Amino acid sequence: MSAPLIELVDIEKHFGPVIALNGVSVSVKEGECHCLLGDNGAGKSTFIKTMSGVHKPTRGTIRVQGAEVTFNSPRDAMEAGIATVYQDLAMIPLMSVTRNFWMGREPEKRFGPFKMFDFHTANKVTLSEMAKMGIHLRSPDQAVGTLSGGERQTVAIARAVYFGAKVLILDEPTSALGVRQTSNVLATIDKVRKKGIGVVFITHNVRHAMAVGDRFTVLNRGKTLGTAARGEIKAEELQDMMAGGQELAALEGSLGGTI
Amino acid sequence: MAEANQAAAPIKDERVREMSPLRKALIRPELGAICGTIVVFLFFLAIARDSGMFAPEGIINWGTVAAQFAIIAVGACLLMIAGEFDLSVGSMIGFSGIVIALMTVQWGFPAWFGILVAFALALAIGALNGFLVIRTGLPSFIVTLAFLYILRGLTIFISITTTRKTIIGGVREASEGDPIAWLFGGKVFNGLFVWLADLGIVDTFVAGPKAGQPVVEGIPMLMIWALALIVFGHLLLTRTKFGNWIFASGGDAQAARYVGVPVNRVKISMFMFSAFCATVFATCQVMEFGSAAADRGLLKEFEAIISVVIGGALLTGGYGSVIGAALGALIFGVVQQGLFFAGVESSLFRVFLGVILLLAVILNTYIRRMITGER
Ligand SMILES: Nc1ncnc2c1ncn2[C@@H]1O[C@H](COP(=O)(O)OP(=O)(O)OP(=O)(O)O)[C@@H](O)[C@H]1O
Ligand SMILES: [Mg+2]
Repeated sequence: MSAPLIELVDIEKHFGPVIALNGVSVSVKEGECHCLLGDNGAGKSTFIKTMSGVHKPTRGTIRVQGAEVTFNSPRDAMEAGIATVYQDLAMIPLMSVTRNFWMGREPEKRFGPFKMFDFHTANKVTLSEMAKMGIHLRSPDQAVGTLSGGERQTVAIARAVYFGAKVLILDEPTSALGVRQTSNVLATIDKVRKKGIGVVFITHNVRHAMAVGDRFTVLNRGKTLGTAARGEIKAEELQDMMAGGQELAALEGSLGGTI
Repeated sequence: MAEANQAAAPIKDERVREMSPLRKALIRPELGAICGTIVVFLFFLAIARDSGMFAPEGIINWGTVAAQFAIIAVGACLLMIAGEFDLSVGSMIGFSGIVIALMTVQWGFPAWFGILVAFALALAIGALNGFLVIRTGLPSFIVTLAFLYILRGLTIFISITTTRKTIIGGVREASEGDPIAWLFGGKVFNGLFVWLADLGIVDTFVAGPKAGQPVVEGIPMLMIWALALIVFGHLLLTRTKFGNWIFASGGDAQAARYVGVPVNRVKISMFMFSAFCATVFATCQVMEFGSAAADRGLLKEFEAIISVVIGGALLTGGYGSVIGAALGALIFGVVQQGLFFAGVESSLFRVFLGVILLLAVILNTYIRRMITGER
């Protein structure tokens, strides 16, 4: 068994007096979907921002395929094969699908002394990559703003996969989606995992996690309560851990187990 | 591989109505400006056709004014799409002009050197504008507003302390035979107009020292600059990697940074480009008038921004068109000079312009929502 794709050990992150993370360890293996669960403010976003080079951890080590690394910028993490689809900043709605897809890595073609954006190649690849994920665009110069939330997530995922991500981090990709779009995104996660990419899937919906997860880590107020593999843990237990124990169990009793 | 094959065949979505090619061609960011241009030309064809407005010398007249607007509008357009404003454009025009005049007339340097110094100073100030905006995180509106005052004040101060005047003449004499100055003050295709005059298409002077020469001497370099900047700006924005970065920086700077777009570099270079355009304007003006004045360029920043907005750009950045901005400048030039040709009270210029601005922006907003799915 080779080393995990990425391994974060005892990560701490302080924002001034706020301790957002207080010793969190997570590893991601090839072809697995690792679900990171936790309530609002638990520190999920902060944790994945450390993983993707946006924040530098106050303490702790990051290893990529066994070797210790420091990420000084998102670019460093990207070069190490770690791609992130952020909760709020996945796409620029005013720009076309192609422009978004290639943003930061535009293909170029020579025209005499000038280098031009190669729209022909860019459009072709965008259409075919999107089709592989099951989305058929009207036209590649359609603005992202005209896509549905699920389609936007899929563009971002397709982009990361196309550019050779080894680890794909998804920050609450399903939180704003309806039933059908959620199942589309979950199906996309499954496709990505089958390519051997390690997926980190952040959510606070236990059902979404149970649908695709191989391992589950629960964050609560900046700490982990351990990692469990699929089959070792039940949805209700995860739910309880997220809420930090008793209150929800009591509440659940009175609501008849519907949460 | 069945999946790949299926992917290759375009699948019809029953929920997407086919768009007619005409509709598709019409729905573009510049539509508001295109309609505005048509309305304005129809209007003046109706009221001022016999005034000489559409004779060659008339066209050169309003074309020159439109070209002036266009030069600064291209800079303002790219900067606005990158998500920033430059309110110091007008002051920069006054500043650059005075720098050139001081260098050549007052201190006796060759004109080419004065022009180079003006460009170097302008680019440095543009970079400083950008740097301050990035570093402080303040809105560029505030930072460049400060420079609007700082530059104007400095210009008047320097001009008065060195020459005791705010107008410095004699630039044309000082730049006679200069290797660079003609690039800004010269006229090209003079032969073409002599030929057209021979054919009787262009009138000739009947009396005076220029008798027999065509009334239109040539195409002013100002117009060539405007065209070159429009073509450059348009290609840069729509056809290059850097253009994609401009859209991304203005659309969502944070999202752009996350995928590795050098947002700071993009914004700073656009501030420098805006200053460059202002200096092109200033140099052409100084060469044409043969003088510089410390109060030149007043309110030009707003005229540039208005042209850009008529052209369909979004004030908050991330969306717009250089062609649109150029049409906005054309509307501006035609209306300003057209009312003069039509003999209408020039205060009506502002009324008419306000109405066009409002109509174009309403149409633009409607179109933009259609294109981008904004709500
Ligand atoms: N830049 C920052 N400066 C100060 N405090 C921060 C910063 N970023 C996050 N925090 C704090 O760290 C804690 C964890 O926030 P984080 O965004 O990681 O939560 P989350 O688990 O992603 O929540 P959600 O489910 O709402 O997205 C919060 O208390 C938040 O206020
Ligand atoms: Mg979050």
